[in-house]
Amino acid sequence: MRFVDEYRDAQKAQALAAKIASLCEPGRHYKFMEVCGGHTHTIYKHGLEDYLPETITLVHGPGCPVCVIPMGRVDDAIHIAEQPGVIMTSFGDMMRVPGGHGSFFDSMAQGADIRMVYSPLDALKVARQNPDSQVVFMAIGFETTAPSTAMTVLRAKAEEIENFSIFCNHVTIIPAIKAILDSPDLRLDGFIGPGHVSTVIGCRPYEFIARDYGKPLVTAGFEPLDVLQSIYMILLQLVEGRSEVENQYSRVVPYDGNRRALTAINEVMELRPYFEWRGLGFISHSALRVRERYAAFDAERIFEVPGGRVADPKACQCGEVLKGVLKPWECKVFGTACTPETPIGTCMVSSEGACAAYYNYGRFARERVKEATTR
Amino acid sequence: MCLGIPGEIVQIIPDRPDLAKVDVSGVRRAINIGLLDGEHLAPGDWILIHVGFALSKIDEEEAKAALAFLEGIGQAYADEMAALRDSTIEKG
Ligand code: SF4
Repeated sequence: MRFVDEYRDAQKAQALAAKIASLCEPGRHYKFMEVCGGHTHTIYKHGLEDYLPETITLVHGPGCPVCVIPMGRVDDAIHIAEQPGVIMTSFGDMMRVPGGHGSFFDSMAQGADIRMVYSPLDALKVARQNPDSQVVFMAIGFETTAPSTAMTVLRAKAEEIENFSIFCNHVTIIPAIKAILDSPDLRLDGFIGPGHVSTVIGCRPYEFIARDYGKPLVTAGFEPLDVLQSIYMILLQLVEGRSEVENQYSRVVPYDGNRRALTAINEVMELRPYFEWRGLGFISHSALRVRERYAAFDAERIFEVPGGRVADPKACQCGEVLKGVLKPWECKVFGTACTPETPIGTCMVSSEGACAAYYNYGRFARERVKEATTR
Repeated sequence: MCLGIPGEIVQIIPDRPDLAKVDVSGVRRAINIGLLDGEHLAPGDWILIHVGFALSKIDEEEAKAALAFLEGIGQAYADEMAALRDSTIEKG
């Protein structure tokens, strides 16, 4: 798009790239993780890695909510969808995600009533219009979507809608980052902090990363220049011997987050003792479930779900990709057995997944950067 | 789903202060603004929308930048807008 095509932005990017290069200590290698799938997308789309010195590696994090849903939960959701009288509703991103026995799309083909919705409020509307069916909303996402689900449950309660429930798969970003920080496989030098999650949780929850782990974190916007700017800010901290939480995206992210949204989540949901993440395994206090007082809206309480654990397919290396240990193209089935049309792993399904982003854009971005820089 | 889409408030819906009619790239939809109720939103204000809810108030310049980013993202944005077009959250 504009970035590489528009001369001015390419110039700005190169100016930033030069500043970044000048801050790198000779001989030192840097690894920065972008936590959020939106940033992964920007990085591949615009070939940002090619603007950076080779000593900087960008590592893709777990911040794609579709990618981290384990197969067992997909199977449970399909199990619910296949109960008589149930209408399952879901965001489009979820439709292709494979479980142990196929995806929502496969289950639809076999007759289950599964409908794509844009918003949980649309799911609630389906419930209003179909009073004789049980309408279940497949709730997924980090703190960006959890408040919307919570507000929808509150609305359902206020309207006394009795045939609506949610299958709650909301996850929280902080425990995932902590799990990565504690993982022995990976030595990171800093974080590009998620943008939109932070509009809800603010920047304070990241402070332990700077304080206890001594790593800089810079919350970043989604444009190419934002990402480069945040890398520059991380490096500057390292050069000056600081580790702090800084907010490059303050034009959207308030340091204290959105109180109303946090209150809504907290009213309706509570932390689960533990939850399985695809690729990362069980992480304690990393996901949300519906509180007892909203049990009437909790699909897990209304339907019996098998709750089985399904091991990821052998060929699949999503876990390594989600932890940033492998780059997408290093997975053995990347682009051959696993493509966006026939995904084996989740990272290939969602447009925010690292594999899909690289598949769609990464391979071409390099060429375009070369063109832009030689112009 | 994770994409925040900018929209401009056209009207706060009478009797439902938690709903606003919002222009999102030419599509007008009811959007829930209940999470921004301390912001005193008014027609002409820009908001960033996630799955039918406004999560933050932004300025016009940021809205333009966010749109440029989304247009560049291609299919994912097209899918999100198609989903929004089909959405009729509530009357409005
Ligand atoms: S290529 Fe497919 S299987 Fe391999 S890590 Fe990516 S999504 Fe997973």
